[in-house]
This record gives sequence, C-alpha cells and structure tokens, in this order.
Amino acid sequence: MKRRRKLWITLGFLAAFHLAVLFAGFFAPYNFATQNREFPFAPPTRVHFVDAQGNFRLRPFVYGLQNDSSALSGFTTDFGRVYPIHFLASGARYEVAGIFSSSLHLFEVDSPGRIFLLGSDGYGRDQLSRFLYGGQLSLLAGLLAAALSVGIGIAIGALAGFYGGWIDDVLMRGAELFLALPWLYLLLAVRSALPLHVSEWQVFLLLICAIGLIGWSRPGRLIRGAVLSAKERNFVVAARGFGASNLFLLRRHVLPQTYGIILTQLALLAPQYILAEVTLTFLGLGVGEPMPSWGSLFAPLQQYAVLVSDWWMFIPAVILVPVFLAYYSAADTLQERLKSVAL
Amino acid sequence: MRSFPRFAAALLYVAAAVLCAASVVRADGLTGPPGASSTANEEDFLVTNNHPGHEGGQIVVALRSEPKTLNPVLATDISSRDVIRCLTADLIHINRGTLKTEPSLAESWKLSPDGRVYTLKLRRGVRFSDGQPFTADDVVFSFHVYLDPKVNAPQRDLLIVGGKPIGVEKIDEDTVRFTLAEPYAAAERLFDSVAMLPRHLLENEYNAGKFDQVWPLTTTPAQFAGLGPFRLKEYVPGVRIVLERNPYYWKEDRAGTRLPYLDRVVFLFVDSEDAQVIRFQSGDTDVLSRFNAEDFRVLQQTAATRHYRLYDLGPGLEFNFLFFNLNDLSSRGLPEIAAKQAWFRDVRFRQAVSAAVDREAIVRLVYGGRATPIWGPVTPGDKLWTDDKIPHPARSLDSARQLLKSAGFSWNGAGALIDPHGKPVEFSILTTSSNVQRSKIATLIQDDLSQLGMNVHVVPLEFRAVVDRLLNTHNYEAAVMGLANGDTDPNPEMNVWLSSGSTHLWHPGQQKPATAWEAEIDRLMEQQLVTMNYAKRKELYDRVQEILYRQMPLICLVSPDVLAGAKDNVADFHPAILDPYALWNVEQLYVR
Repeated sequence: MKRRRKLWITLGFLAAFHLAVLFAGFFAPYNFATQNREFPFAPPTRVHFVDAQGNFRLRPFVYGLQNDSSALSGFTTDFGRVYPIHFLASGARYEVAGIFSSSLHLFEVDSPGRIFLLGSDGYGRDQLSRFLYGGQLSLLAGLLAAALSVGIGIAIGALAGFYGGWIDDVLMRGAELFLALPWLYLLLAVRSALPLHVSEWQVFLLLICAIGLIGWSRPGRLIRGAVLSAKERNFVVAARGFGASNLFLLRRHVLPQTYGIILTQLALLAPQYILAEVTLTFLGLGVGEPMPSWGSLFAPLQQYAVLVSDWWMFIPAVILVPVFLAYYSAADTLQERLKSVAL
Repeated sequence: MRSFPRFAAALLYVAAAVLCAASVVRADGLTGPPGASSTANEEDFLVTNNHPGHEGGQIVVALRSEPKTLNPVLATDISSRDVIRCLTADLIHINRGTLKTEPSLAESWKLSPDGRVYTLKLRRGVRFSDGQPFTADDVVFSFHVYLDPKVNAPQRDLLIVGGKPIGVEKIDEDTVRFTLAEPYAAAERLFDSVAMLPRHLLENEYNAGKFDQVWPLTTTPAQFAGLGPFRLKEYVPGVRIVLERNPYYWKEDRAGTRLPYLDRVVFLFVDSEDAQVIRFQSGDTDVLSRFNAEDFRVLQQTAATRHYRLYDLGPGLEFNFLFFNLNDLSSRGLPEIAAKQAWFRDVRFRQAVSAAVDREAIVRLVYGGRATPIWGPVTPGDKLWTDDKIPHPARSLDSARQLLKSAGFSWNGAGALIDPHGKPVEFSILTTSSNVQRSKIATLIQDDLSQLGMNVHVVPLEFRAVVDRLLNTHNYEAAVMGLANGDTDPNPEMNVWLSSGSTHLWHPGQQKPATAWEAEIDRLMEQQLVTMNYAKRKELYDRVQEILYRQMPLICLVSPDVLAGAKDNVADFHPAILDPYALWNVEQLYVR
C-alpha cells in the first residue's frame, strides 16, 4: 500500500511538471524571446505582501527595479513604484502545442514593472519563461530519444540473444562498432552537410535521431544478456516443448522478463540525453537563439563570471534534480510492481 | 584556411622586450657579464629611461595552452609567441607605450632619399644568451631564413615589398643594408618582432633543410640562444616553462644595472580563460591579460582584499562587425544564397541594417560597458589613424525603414519585411560558438532586426567550420566576426582592404575589383603604401575609411576595451593596447 502511494505521488508530481511545461505559455509571464535590455542578469524579483508602510495587502505585489551601477548586482529596488500582481490576466499571445492560441496568463504585472521569479539572463529575458518553454523541446526530445535508443536496443538485443549463433555475432560486433565510432567528428560532418539554418522541427528530429541512434548499443547489450538468461529458464524451455513458436516465446515469456532493465534504462538515459543537447548545441546542431532549450539554459553556467555572481542562473538546474529523481523513483517502483506481477 | 595563418601573422606581428620612452645610447667600458672574458669588446648598452628597480624575484604568468614551438620563425600561436618574445629581440622595435619605433639591436638607421634603402647600424658588443657575439652575419642569416619560401615563415608575406623580397646585405661587421623594390611607408615598422637568430647554432640544420625541426619545445637550454632578456631554463611537459635571466642582455637602466631585474619568468599552462582568471584571483599568477569584461567585473570585487590592480585601457585595436556574403557565387552551386545577395548587394539594405543595430546595447549587455561603439574599422584606440569625420548616428528604426522603402522593400500584414519580388527577408548570421561575446552580439542583432520585420537566425558553429565557410566555400549569408589590427599603421591591414586580399572578408581574393568603390579603395591603399608623409597618408586612409562608412561592407559594431591585471607588488607594469598587452616591458618589471 505504501509503495503504491509513493508511486501515485511521484506520478502526480511528474504529471504536474509536464503539464506546466506543455502549457508553458499560460504559466510563463513573458514570451521566451522578449529582451528587457535595461535588466540584464537581474536577480529574482521578490514578491511582497506587506508594503513599505507596514500595511498588509491581500493582492501580492512587486516593487520596481532600477539600474544602479554602484550596487553589487547592478540593480536596486525602487520602493516608490508598486506593481500589483494580476492573476489570470491577459498578456502576450502564445500557442499551446500549435493547437490553440490564447493570451491568458497565470500571473502578470503591469508594464513598466517586471516580474522575474527566477531572475533574468544576460539579455534581460525571463528565466522562468525560458525554463518552461525550453522544457517543451528538451523533455520531449530527451524522452523520445531515450525511447528510440531503447527501442532499437530491444529489437537488436532480443534478436541477438534469442537466436544466438551468427546473428548474435553480427549484431553484437555492430554494436561494438557503434560504441567505438568517433561521434564528434561524424556529427561535425553531419552539420556541414546540413543547410546553414536548420528549422526547429529539423533540429528536434535531428536531436532525437542523433542521440537515439548513437545510444542504442549499451541498452542493446544489456537486453541481449537478459534475453540470453531468460530463454534458458525452465518455463520457457517447457513452453517450447509444448510447441510454442519463437515469436510467441519472445513476446509472451522472454521480453516481459526484461521490462525491469528497459524501464531503468529509460529513466537513466532520458536525463543524460537532455544534457547531451548542450554538446550538440556547441557543434551547431542544437536549437538556435532565441528558442530556449534546457541545454542552452545551462550553457552560461560554464562561465566563471556567471557562476560566481549570478546564482539564480542555477535554479533551472536545481529544479531538474527532483524531476529526474522522480523519474528514477517511478521507474524503480514500476519495476518492483512488474516483478511481483510476473512471478 | 591557408589565409588565416597569414592574417594571424599580421595580427601577431608584434613582440616584446623593450623600454619606455626615448632611450639614450651609451658606450662605456662596463665590466662584462659573469663568465664573459675580460678581453670582450666593449658593450654598447641601450640605457632605458625607466625608474631604476631592484633585482631578484620572479613573476608567474598563465598561458592559454602549451606553446607549440620555440622556433621564432615558425611560431603562429599566441602562447608560443608570448614565450618567444621574452627569449628573442628584433632590430627595430615598436615601443608599446608610445606606439613609435625605436632602436633595438640596431642603434640607428638611415633611409635613402628615394625611400628604398635602409642602412642599419648594429649595436656593438652584443652577445647571445650563450655568450657568442651577435654580428651582421647573424642578421643576414636570419633574414635569409625568414625569406626562404621553403621555410614558409608566416612573416614572409610582410617582408615582400612591391612583389619582391627585401634585399639584405652586410656592409661591415656592424652595418647591414636593406633594399626595397619600391618605397614603402613606415617600413621600419616591418622589423618589429623579426627575431634575430644565432647563425652559429642554426646554420647547419638550415642548410640540411631541417629548419622546421629547429627548437621544438623539448629543446635543452644548451641548444637555445637568443637576444631577449631571458633564456630557457626548464620545460615541464603539460605544466610549465621557466625562463631565467639572460646574463648577456644588452640593456641597462640609468643606475647602471644590467636588465632584466627579474631572476625568472614562469609560464604556467592553464587551458581556459576562466581557469586563468581563477588562478590570478587566488594569487597563483602575477599578471593577467586577454580576459573579458564579465570576468573584469568579478575580479573587481576582490581587488582590494587580494592585492591586485586592474587596468581598463579603453578601446584597443580589435573591432567586431557584421558583414554579408558579397562573393561571386555563380559557380558555387548555392542558388539560395545567391538569390539573397540581391539584398546584400544593395547598399541601402546594409545601411538600414547598420541604422537598426543597437550598438549601445551591445556595449552594455555584452561588454558590461567596457567597449566603445564604432561606425568605422579604425578604432578610437588607434589615435594616429582614426578618422574623426566618420559620423556616429544614433540608432534609428525610422531611418532604417526609410532606407528599406527607398530600396523597394515593403511590409506585409504581419509586419514581415518583403523584398521587391514579394519574397520575405530571411537570412542567417554565422558566429563562432566558442566566442560567447560574438554569439551574444548576433543574438542582440537578431532581435534588433526583427523589429524591422527581418527573420534572422543565429547559427553558431565551431571556429574552423566558420573560417572554412567564410574563406573557402563561401557557404554563408552573413556573419559576425572580429579582427584586430596588428599594428597602429594601415599597412598590416592591406590584406583586409585590398580586393585581392585573402582576408577581404566579404569577397576575398578578387581577380579584379568587383565594384567601383572597391577599385577606389585599392587605389588609395596602394597609394598610401608608397607615400612617405604621415599627413598625406592619413588623408588617403581617411578617404578609405569614409568609403567604407558609406558602403558598409563591414557593419562595424564595437571595439572592446583592452583589460589587464597585475599584483600590487609587480612594479613598472604598463599594459598596452598593442599585442603583447602585458609583458612587452618584461625586462623592466620588478617585484617590490
């Protein structure tokens, strides 16, 4: 019972997070590309309930931000200007998954006030908005790439493990070849073969294909090992004795025993692949500005100056820690459940 | 690719090891250096004008990478050249403080009235760091090596004047004559950084055709000899290279102390700019240069507590710009780019882009205010040559729209810019992904131009891929790049402005000028090259700058400040805007 509750909590958390990313336009106060050139690297805006006179206000508000080169952060708060936060107000238009468009936002402040709950980047763009929008591409690409590489891994691993012999040899040597290839140079070659500007959809497909195709060999080898041991188990041998066909055996008896490995692989690979995009962006294979992705959000953290003086740039990375933990935990619990069902 | 080393040569065509202000030549019978025989010729010291310091101590400097070689003729990378500058000397030197030429190993020189023959008088009694005397034979040998096409020295291009290599002949033991095929303005600047080589050590290898194997990084101190303030002491692969005082160095201060003051210079290999900044901040290194404004902001916060000073020297010689592909693509199989060139070739289109770019925002957001907006390629740092008449128009979207309208562009209902044939204006800007500043500039321009209805994409690529596209395949639409003048003189820039030049970025290597204004620039640049009078040369170069401003083949954006830092106890530290920014007067530095 306890395990079951844990699973529901994890899945609920993941669902809420993914909904926030899917409806980024609603939860984000600004468009991801809007530059506020007077507010580069602004620290997170503080939300107040009690004003300078000590009065409590039911409607939360933020103070205005002012450039001040003498302050350490480069900004000071202008307590004279108060901007109340409006909920479910209308602002910049956005689209959800290309299906419908709206201008309704969860919260807004009136211009010229600004609300940067996670601070702003070097162009004065709202980090919260960029984080939510960036997740649309990164999460989907990361998950699909993980699914693709595990999918290929299942097909090849199962064939190699189940049939053995020369099929096994050929497929596994192929997998080793994939592990040994110098991918960096191949990707550079791919980049030079592509047109100069690659549209977002092309990048999306490229990311999935590049990462997914490169990554299948490790899950493939693992699944082969699992299939190899599963096909020797007594009930499988017995089913074969009763005349079950190869395909039936694979589907009904062998593959279900590898579900645990598949799920853990998925949960392990998805975050890895989301980060792999940082490297690809460096090679010019990622999404271009101003489109955000989590890879491009983390890229400034490689600079010492950002690292030591703009701490809020870390927040997106910190948020992802519980998200990835939730993935692992969900995979873990699912695996346990499947095991108890299978036995 | 071939042309980039050539450009790098122009860029790096500068060296260290010099003194401040005017120098006085004194020939007195000072005692020889330790180990020198008492019968040595009297030494013809160069007496420096600095405030006398005291001897001893060392400074530690970080290099971005391990030097590739210690061979001064073949070195092209910044790290190698930084080390070699401390080990070698040239005949005539550009003082990085005054930016004027001054005597170095040549104590004086005469120019013939026709401007073609330079006669150099060498300093007497000068010895290499191994104690062997330096003579006119070494000079002739050195230039022979630099000019040998088989050696393929990066400086060779610059030593070819009027299509012919400079002629070098020995008149007597301490007089050398250089003959130029044509008069060449400010030719004495060409001698800067041409390091003199020891004939006694290198002649055999050169004659055997193995000069490319001379002086690798693994050279032992006994195999190396130079005329610089320091000599080789130790090389630890992957960690450091240590130089020690050259006891035969040919400069002394007013108090009669032989330079350099420092016992040692230690170069550490620290492979990223961030790591260099951290090492400097924590006190591991004494001197820092070549870092960006963001790091300057971080370093400022601990300057007082960690005991170092920071220097902002104002705009240097680097200028960043946006440019469009104006190459002839008819035989390249790039029809899409060729179609867009109709816009790029229209000067009103380029002027509109220039008017729409927010240079102030670039200065503020990319350089934290430590840069200067520019409208022409000669930066305000180059005070001798910058043309004050170039206007500095403020950003104006209105005038940009006017220009586009007059060129036949219009806007559709959604606000997108449409060309006269009804095609929406969409192009991509190429940048190098390793250069954070230029990528940021491109992203700001993208936003600026979207306000004109242009759909602009930023394409960051790896550096070599960018160079290949710009100079070889011409497969790009627009790019943000930067160049740094190699000297405060128009001549090293010939390659950029001549239509036949290999770094004439927007259309390199033209057989004959593609446009009338490029032909005019060619004519003016060729003319200034043979004009000896500064005022007349300035007038010609001003006209080049004005044509460039009107035609906007390069949309000049900003010139970043030159930044440097040194520990409080490093005395006589005077960073300069000309490469090498920090250690140019290394022989005068001392530790308090």
